[in-house]
Amino acid sequence: MQKLEFGKLTFWKGFMVASLALGIGLAVFRFSRGLGAATHLSDSFPWGLWIGFDVLTGVALAAGGFTIAAAVYIFRIERFRPILRPTILTAFLGYLMVMLGLVYDLGRPDRVWHAVIMWNPRSVMFEVAWCVMLYTTVLALEFSPMVLEKLRWKTPLRVVHGLLIPLVIVGVLLSTLHQSSLGSLYLIVPHKLYGLWYSSMLPLFFFISAVAVGLAMTIFESFLSARAFRRHIEMDLLSDLGRVLAVVLAVYFVFKAEDLVERGVLSLLIQPRTETALFYLEMILGVIVPMALLASEQVRRSPRGLYTCALCVILGVVLNRLNVSITGMAASAGADYFPSWIEVGVSIAIVTTGFTLFALAVRYLNVFPSEVVRLPASKAVVGSPIQPRLAA
Amino acid sequence: MSTKGMLIDFTRCIGCKACVAACKERNNLPPEEDADLTSRTLTVVNRRNGLYVSRLCMNCREPACASACPVGALQKRANGPVVYDKARCIGCRYCLLACPFRVPAYEWDKPLPKVMKCDFCAERQAAGKLPACVEVCPVSARIFGDREELLAEAKARIRKNPERYVRTVYGEKEVGGTSMLLLSSVPFDHVGYATAIGSEPLPSYTWKALSKIPKVVLAGGVFLYGLVWIVNRRNRLAGGGPESKEMEGKSR
Repeated sequence: MQKLEFGKLTFWKGFMVASLALGIGLAVFRFSRGLGAATHLSDSFPWGLWIGFDVLTGVALAAGGFTIAAAVYIFRIERFRPILRPTILTAFLGYLMVMLGLVYDLGRPDRVWHAVIMWNPRSVMFEVAWCVMLYTTVLALEFSPMVLEKLRWKTPLRVVHGLLIPLVIVGVLLSTLHQSSLGSLYLIVPHKLYGLWYSSMLPLFFFISAVAVGLAMTIFESFLSARAFRRHIEMDLLSDLGRVLAVVLAVYFVFKAEDLVERGVLSLLIQPRTETALFYLEMILGVIVPMALLASEQVRRSPRGLYTCALCVILGVVLNRLNVSITGMAASAGADYFPSWIEVGVSIAIVTTGFTLFALAVRYLNVFPSEVVRLPASKAVVGSPIQPRLAA
Repeated sequence: MSTKGMLIDFTRCIGCKACVAACKERNNLPPEEDADLTSRTLTVVNRRNGLYVSRLCMNCREPACASACPVGALQKRANGPVVYDKARCIGCRYCLLACPFRVPAYEWDKPLPKVMKCDFCAERQAAGKLPACVEVCPVSARIFGDREELLAEAKARIRKNPERYVRTVYGEKEVGGTSMLLLSSVPFDHVGYATAIGSEPLPSYTWKALSKIPKVVLAGGVFLYGLVWIVNRRNRLAGGGPESKEMEGKSR
């Protein structure tokens, strides 16, 4: 991500173009030949990588949007304002990529609108569908000032600004419902999901871990952006996020431990099985190690330490979602599942699309506060010096 | 309208598979045989532990699939069948995931796929006919009738021949009860039927979470608005810097 000059051919530009082309090619294949030819899914394993990674993980990784929006607009922690726009942009793009993933995964994506008029309020999937639709709309509105001010459309800009507080509140509520409802999806499989993960508390676990990974993603992105766009790092701010992250991880750990005890499944922790190993990996790498490290002031003050902790939490949550959706379902399915290269290729293409759109937005919109944008001087990217105060 | 059921006595089945053929004919499915339920085979008969064991959609009294479907493509009818409306289905396959009996199958090889499963011959029932598989069974291993009467019949058979049957009627209580009632001479978990699935209907597991949504939205909304109000007021009373005042103005 070192060089983003779009005129020159760089490694990353080549990679982006190649994977976008791959994504389109695989879409043609998947829609002409069906899911069976494109994926390793089966009647015993109806949900695979596209749901486990592209959807469940994608939504979790977009959680920074509502955490930081709540911090700035509801708790009025003004110091977080500089990272507000990039996190909202990430969340918005994240949700767009989730929708793109669903286009590949749904058997009949042409009918996705059915959920608008054909209701089944008893279905968790119905709740999920509505949360995706409504929250993507909210994110589009939260994101819209970045476009509107570029276009100098004053009236719509004023309208959006007037609506911001209610929008953010609705956004926080929708996110809470959506993150937790992805956990609720698995409440209906008490006899299929492995005991280390199945719990009536799944919605709560999905929500708390989403808050954690939202913070971790914000830290992670700040570092990536600093490198890619040669910006300076708001270290004070990120250390504070690190402190909050440690607390959230501690809450998650306590609830998780209490849940295992209460359900009487502690014996599963010593079973010599794949599930056990992956559960330990998820908990140690994703929760215990970063929690312990972040408790130290020294680690929180060190860019490398903070970056490593954020990465651990992200990997831990990715692993958790894959464990719930794939590892934990494998034993009861009586069938093995490993994603086909097409499933992997599509997932890479979707992630790359997200990165590409992020880079384009940073280039053409005011995503980062203008005083710290250090893009090549020759390109008149920043049209006018905007006031950071106006920043969405 | 009384709730209908089907009693399948594994001990009577001779494995002729006339039911499988009749099912395929009624549903216009290709004649190829499959070892387990697939999108082209909606009932199977397999030899297991000395018995001919049937498998088909149990048509649950409180079906997990129907509660899972976001667009109501799967519906429970009062007289028993769980029917599928292919015109509604968006292909999310949550029904496949949710089914405790692993029944629904997907047309993985089609560009415009549907979910396939036995619907207890809902159309034939509505026309006053027997389910196709029951009609052709030469030894009455599958019989059709009021669920309550069939349950009584099943229990009577166990009572009369206690050495011939295990003492459970599978489907009487499993996940809240099913339209299909099964009798076997070997324990059900030895012939491929999950026995540890409890008697609580699965939709109640998700409903416990879903029913809390209105509360979360109302309490959460009031709480967050209250928070904005309190934080704003505190900033103002603290004599707030110009920043907080400006924020206050903008939020209105």
